[in-house]
Parts: sequence; structure tokens; C-alpha cells
Amino acid sequence: MTLSLRFRAAIVSLALLGVFLGVWHLATRGGGATATMSPEYAKLMGLTATQGKSAMPGPLDVGAKLWEHLKRPFYDNGPNDKGLGIQLAYSIGRVGLGYLIAVIVAIPLGFMIGMSPLISKALDPFIQVLKPISPLAWMPLALYTIKDSSISAIFVIFICSVWPMLLNTAFGVAGVRKEWINVARTLEVGTVRRAFTVILPAAAPTILTGMRISIGIAWLVIVAAEMLVGGTGIGYFVWNEWNNLSITNVIIAILLIGLVGMLLDQVLARFTRMVTFPE
Amino acid sequence: MTDKFISIEGIARRYPGAGGGTTTVFQDFWLSMARGEFGCVIGHSGCGKTTVLNILAGLDEPSEGTVIVDGQGIEGTSLDRAVIFQSHALLPWRTVLGNVAYAVSSKWRKWDRARVKAHAQKFIDLVGLTGSEHKHPSELSGGMKQRVGIARALSITPKIMLMDEPFSALDALTRGTLQDEVRRICLETGQTTFMITHDVDEAIFLADKIFLMTNGPGAVLAEIVENPLPKERGRIDLHRHPYYYALRNHIVDFLVSRSKSFAAEVTDHDPRHVPTVRPGLGEPVIVSPPRVVEPNPAQSVAR
Repeated sequence: MTLSLRFRAAIVSLALLGVFLGVWHLATRGGGATATMSPEYAKLMGLTATQGKSAMPGPLDVGAKLWEHLKRPFYDNGPNDKGLGIQLAYSIGRVGLGYLIAVIVAIPLGFMIGMSPLISKALDPFIQVLKPISPLAWMPLALYTIKDSSISAIFVIFICSVWPMLLNTAFGVAGVRKEWINVARTLEVGTVRRAFTVILPAAAPTILTGMRISIGIAWLVIVAAEMLVGGTGIGYFVWNEWNNLSITNVIIAILLIGLVGMLLDQVLARFTRMVTFPE
Repeated sequence: MTDKFISIEGIARRYPGAGGGTTTVFQDFWLSMARGEFGCVIGHSGCGKTTVLNILAGLDEPSEGTVIVDGQGIEGTSLDRAVIFQSHALLPWRTVLGNVAYAVSSKWRKWDRARVKAHAQKFIDLVGLTGSEHKHPSELSGGMKQRVGIARALSITPKIMLMDEPFSALDALTRGTLQDEVRRICLETGQTTFMITHDVDEAIFLADKIFLMTNGPGAVLAEIVENPLPKERGRIDLHRHPYYYALRNHIVDFLVSRSKSFAAEVTDHDPRHVPTVRPGLGEPVIVSPPRVVEPNPAQSVAR
């Protein structure tokens, strides 16, 4: 019996998921030591102390809660109680805006760096110093100068996603094959037309790879940024639920962050495939 | 040399060498070709053949001297001079039609889509690629890719076609077929062509004039060999022609020995008046200018 590799891999994946959920369920089933105490005291102590229930929610708890969230993703009961859909939408909106600004800045600038050795050498020291700075280190400066926490978060997304795009664009543009440039030269193709008809398509796969790295970093950073700036977003939700001691909601949020991150990556991967040319 | 359609006048190429000096690849290089001629440059690697072609194309600049084409000094690249690259240099994200159409629309910017397409199609048909218009270069064999390169160069109806070892990356069978195609097209269209090659038989089959270059650095154009074979020559029975071996031996002798010793042996070489040789049934005959080629005992030179 030879099934396709994909099918067999899917079976193994499902089996691993089952094992993981099973172990999780067994580990959190409870049965810990219970102490005898007066009923009043027991009320204060909660189920962990009185019935030996694990403090960690089991997969069934998480599943039930997740179902609840999925049924009402967009409810809004005031600042500290919003549906997960709303929180995710805030985060995706911030990432999208910061990322878009980064694209608008990084790609033209990367083109200039890639095409001009002078600009490349002149800007290199700045890029080398700015690139390794943790995006969150900019946060206080951003809050001080911008004075708006939401825009500061967008700025942080911008600053973290700009570097991979900038460097990849410059690298891709500088690495366009000499013979393709020579084809354009012998055909007397002007600079602008050459940039769009030869350099851009030739460098597109490298540029898109940079954009894919950037969206991954942006999604990593938004969670941390929102924990700092507060108010809305999935990062704030995680922190708020931690303060509420709702581990169930924290686990759900972690799961959703992973899923959204994967989706964003897949979208960029698809774009990358669209512009990749076989040689 | 009455009609100088292409005239390379005293060009030189120098590079800054090690220790502050300069390395001269070639200097005082003169060459001219008439309209409709097929010229082939043969020489060993490093003699600057490709540099001469790149200068002629406008992709490179000479350290000294000028190149005049059709009465005008060249400045940079031009749509009048199409280049067929050794590596075919097709844009891999464009189809066959897209690659040719790119050249067509670069030459005639005001043409509409349909006109560009029809014109490009004509040249795709000419090189025998009908039916493969919508394939990408990665789906084509090496020979087909080079056919696209030829179609692209021809489609802009250039005054000169420049070919830098266009068939050297192809297998022998494909090379033969493409040589036939190029010869047919050049005869049909009267295309002036300048080609670089390593292949003696390719030069004999295709060229009207074969330019022999000595070894670099300090390479010179040693001799112009006029092809004595008839215009209507076929690749298959080429070697049966009585002049074939005289011609071939002359070129091979040059490449094997004289290209190395030329600078030492010939002291009165005038780069502006390079001797033209026409190998025939007997010994090679110098047709112009009346000047001693070299004191080679194997070839008594008729004066």
C-alpha cells in the first residue's frame, strides 16, 4: 500500500496532534492533593485547592472557550472586553499600515541603493547601525515624539519591517545580471523603462523574499508592542487576560497569533511564487 | 576598401596594470567592412576580440580611437547595432514573443500592440520558432534560445548585427543547423554582420572576410583573409571545394604558430594597411596591399 507522501504526512501530523492533546488532557485532568478546610476558606481558594483541579486548563476547556469566542468574534463590551475578532483586526490593521509605509519607503530607497554604488556606500554605515536595534527600543522615543500610543505602535512596525525589505531590494537590484542590463542598453531603453521592464522583474523574487521576512518580523513585534502600548489589539488581549488570570484565553490568543502569522506568510509566499521565473 | 560601412579607426584598450603601469590588450587597431559583408574575427582568448565587439556595440568604450558606422562616429549603444550574446541573454520572465516584442517596441515606441506583435511574429517565423511563441525561455533548448536571440536582434532591422561567439555553447548538430539559418538569413536580407568565433569551420562557412588577430596582450590585426569559396556554398559539401583546405590550413597555421610569433617576426607591420590574403589553389596570394606578409618559408608570397 503506497499512499502519497502528502497523505501519509497528514496522517502523521494528525497522530501527533492527537498524542499532544491526549497528553495535555491527562496532565491537566486534576487529582492533585486536596487540603481539608472550612467552607468559607474553600470558597476563596477555588477549585485548585478544594478539588485538586489543575490550574492549567485542559484541551476541552480551551476548546469550549474557543467555540464561545468563535460564536461571537466581534462583540464589544467596553475597553477591557472586546471580541477576539476586533482585537485581531486592530493588530492586523496596525501591521498592515506600518508594513505598507515600510514598503513605500524601502522599495524605492532600495532601488536607489542598488543602482548607485555612491548612495550604497554613503548609506551603509547608517543601515548597519540602525538595523540591529530592537524595534521596541524605539518605543519610548516614539511615544515621546508622536504622543499617540497607537501611531507609535505603527511606527515600531514600520521600523522593524523596513530593514529586510530595504536590504533585499538593494541586493536584488544590484545583482541583476549584466547581460539583461546590456540587452536593455543595446535596445536604447531609457532609465525609467529599464527599471520597470528589466530590473524590477529580475529583482522581484529577492524583493518579495525580503517582504516575506518583514511581515513575519512585523507580526512578531506587534504582540510585544501592543503589550506595551495597551488599549486594543491581540497583544494587549494576551496581557489583559494574564492580568485576569485567564490562562484559557491566553492559550487561545497564542493559537490565533500563530494562525494569523501563518496566513500572512502564506499570502506573501504566494506572491513570491507569482513573480519567480524559472531559468 | 572603397566602401567603409564600418570603420574602426585606431582603437586601443588599456587597463591599469599591477605596479602602476598599464596593460595594453590591443592598440592601433584598424578594421573596415563594406555594407552587406560578413566579417569574422578569429583569435585566441585574451586577444581582445570581445572587447572590440563590445566597443562596436557601444557597451564598452575604447581607451583611444573611434568607430565610425555609416559615416557617423558611434556614441554608446544604438538600435542600429544589434547584439547576439553568447549566453543568449533572454529575459526569462518573458515569453518568446515577449522577448522579441520587447525589442520591437523599444525601436518603434509608437506602434500599437497588434502591430508590434505582428512584426515580432514575422521574425519568430523567420528563425523557425512558429508554435513556440508563448513558451518561456526555460522551456526551450539551447539552440531554440539562441534562435530567439537571433530573432530579437533581426527584428529591429539593425544596420549591423554583432555576434559574440553565438553558437559556442551549443552542441555540434544544433550549431550546424543554426549556422545554416544564419547564412540563409544574412544572404536573404543582405545583413552586415560582425562575428567573433573560435571555430575555424564556422568562419569559413559564414564569413566573407576573416580577420586574424595575434595573441594578447598587445594584440594586433595581423591579416585579413578573403574567403575564396563561392557565395553559394553548402555546409555539407564545403570541404570538397578545391580551395577549402588551402583556406583552412592557412587559418589553422596562423592560430597554431603565427599568432604567437607574429610580433617578433614581422617588424614592418602597418596596422592601418593590413595585408589581405586570398588563399587559393596554389599558394596564398596577397591581393592588397602589395606588401610582404611575413618571411614564412612554407608560403612563398607572390608580389
